[in-house]
Amino acid sequence: MPNTAAAARLVTPTMVALWLVLATVPLWISKVGLYPYLGVEILIWSMYALAFNLVLGTAGLPSFGHGAYFGVGAYAFGLCQFNLAPNLWICLVAAIAAAGFAGLVVGLFISHRRGIYFAFMTIAFAQIFWTIAIKAYPLTGGEDGLLRIAREPANFGIVAFDLKGNVALYYFVLVLFALVVVALWRLVHSPYGRVLSAIRQSETRAAHLGYNVWLYKLSIFAVSAAFSGLAGGLFAMAQLSAFPDVMSLNQSGLIVMMTLVGGGLVSFWGPVVGVVIFLIARDVIGALTNAWMLYFGLMFVTLVLFRPEGVAGMIKSLLERRALRGQGSNALRLILRSG
Amino acid sequence: MVLIEAKGVHVRFGDRVVLEEIDLSVPEGELHGIMGPNGAGKTTFFNVLTGRVNMSRGRIRLDGEDIAGLSPHAIANKGVARSFQIMTLFDEFSARENVTMALPSFRARGFDVRHALAGDRRIAEEADEVLASVGLGEKSSVVARQLPYGERRALEVAVALAQRPRVLCLDEPTSGLGTDGSRRLAELIRRLKGKLTIVAVEHDMGFLFSLADRISVIHWGQVIARGTPRELQDNEWVKKSNLGRFG
Repeated sequence: MPNTAAAARLVTPTMVALWLVLATVPLWISKVGLYPYLGVEILIWSMYALAFNLVLGTAGLPSFGHGAYFGVGAYAFGLCQFNLAPNLWICLVAAIAAAGFAGLVVGLFISHRRGIYFAFMTIAFAQIFWTIAIKAYPLTGGEDGLLRIAREPANFGIVAFDLKGNVALYYFVLVLFALVVVALWRLVHSPYGRVLSAIRQSETRAAHLGYNVWLYKLSIFAVSAAFSGLAGGLFAMAQLSAFPDVMSLNQSGLIVMMTLVGGGLVSFWGPVVGVVIFLIARDVIGALTNAWMLYFGLMFVTLVLFRPEGVAGMIKSLLERRALRGQGSNALRLILRSG
Repeated sequence: MVLIEAKGVHVRFGDRVVLEEIDLSVPEGELHGIMGPNGAGKTTFFNVLTGRVNMSRGRIRLDGEDIAGLSPHAIANKGVARSFQIMTLFDEFSARENVTMALPSFRARGFDVRHALAGDRRIAEEADEVLASVGLGEKSSVVARQLPYGERRALEVAVALAQRPRVLCLDEPTSGLGTDGSRRLAELIRRLKGKLTIVAVEHDMGFLFSLADRISVIHWGQVIARGTPRELQDNEWVKKSNLGRFG
């Protein structure tokens, strides 16, 4: 990711433009044959993909079992609501804390590994979480999962917003999405984020410069898990349930695909692009054929073979070429400077 | 005063002895060369000094403090910087960012998530000063992978210097450099001589003999000779192995 003027900002023009566009989604989404809940899904999965990309794109850690933390967040949200306090804020904090703690514990075991060994360990731990979700019936509801999770109102003391409707939920999730984007943008462009990026490029060099590589890998794994847990908690709220499938390897694989297809390795926004493509492809191609995943899979293979930098990377190099030829507008330069 | 001291360093990989009872004592401010044929154990010794390889037995002291068994980052934090035979830079970063990563003032902020790195002028100026000292002042914004080979070597040295080390370990710094590149690097190291304690592994005997205060010759994992460049040229072992012929 380039070290640009946008990197120094807390809120960039691209963010504002994106939020404004997203704010209009409920006004037109039904008119184009889609539905408001798809917007909620896109925002939640985008948060999850951005969180996942902290480990894959920023720190270069191949975590192929990240669904575990999304799932832990979902279950923690439901369990908190049933057993602790039916309060939205407390349950979201519980989702973040539980997933972050799970990430920290797993990170303690795997952070000294790299490459394929790291990847396999993440898969192994994800399987453990998935098995617990299936087998610990009294706690997790087994294969049925936790049902009847309620959408508690967003209570701000003096005013409370009912989130039962999908449009209200969409705007609530949009606000959280905006906060997550700001936090993660700052994180990846902070000294901490740059050290992680350095570790991705050469662990050996980073260690010999005096960085405790193990501690950085551990900390970002836990942070990424915590943000994934937030997305998981919102997902449980949106779906009104938490079930083991979100922890499955299949689901963990989807987030990797979305991130790579979108271009998470070269662009901050890549994971969001990937989520939008994936979920819209699911609904649009899925309406035409049950084998929609086959077509998405083919697209994934084609991209990995010919444009491994993903869609965002493709767009970026296209824009860069145009800018070099002097055909770029001010808007173009703005996009290029915004990672 | 002896700054870095190795005593009885013994390294074994499986049943293969790579280093056997290596002793080395480098006074502060000395440029100590290490030479020897391929596979002699020079780089392994460097890896032991910088914590990358654990020794089977022996002792390493930095300014009297035992640093054996410490991790590479702990040893780096005590003031030992190194370059690598196979260049190890952050290729996606600019020259300035490569150097920035090594600055102690930046390292102290490694876990800072509240501020953006971009736009931090003080850090950028500090990095640019180091780059200027190795002749890369004009290249601060160039991405490392786009630099020519010689400038990448210079950047490696700049990164090590940016650590503000007490001991600078250079692993074959002229590897892959042409005559001109080697000459410029020699000039740079000559400027650093006396200000820093330098341990340099080098194949280019002309380079080493013209710069080093003392040289240790390693062969088959053992120190077979040690002395000033002049003393070594007359050494029987060195003559036999042809190592001193460029001196």
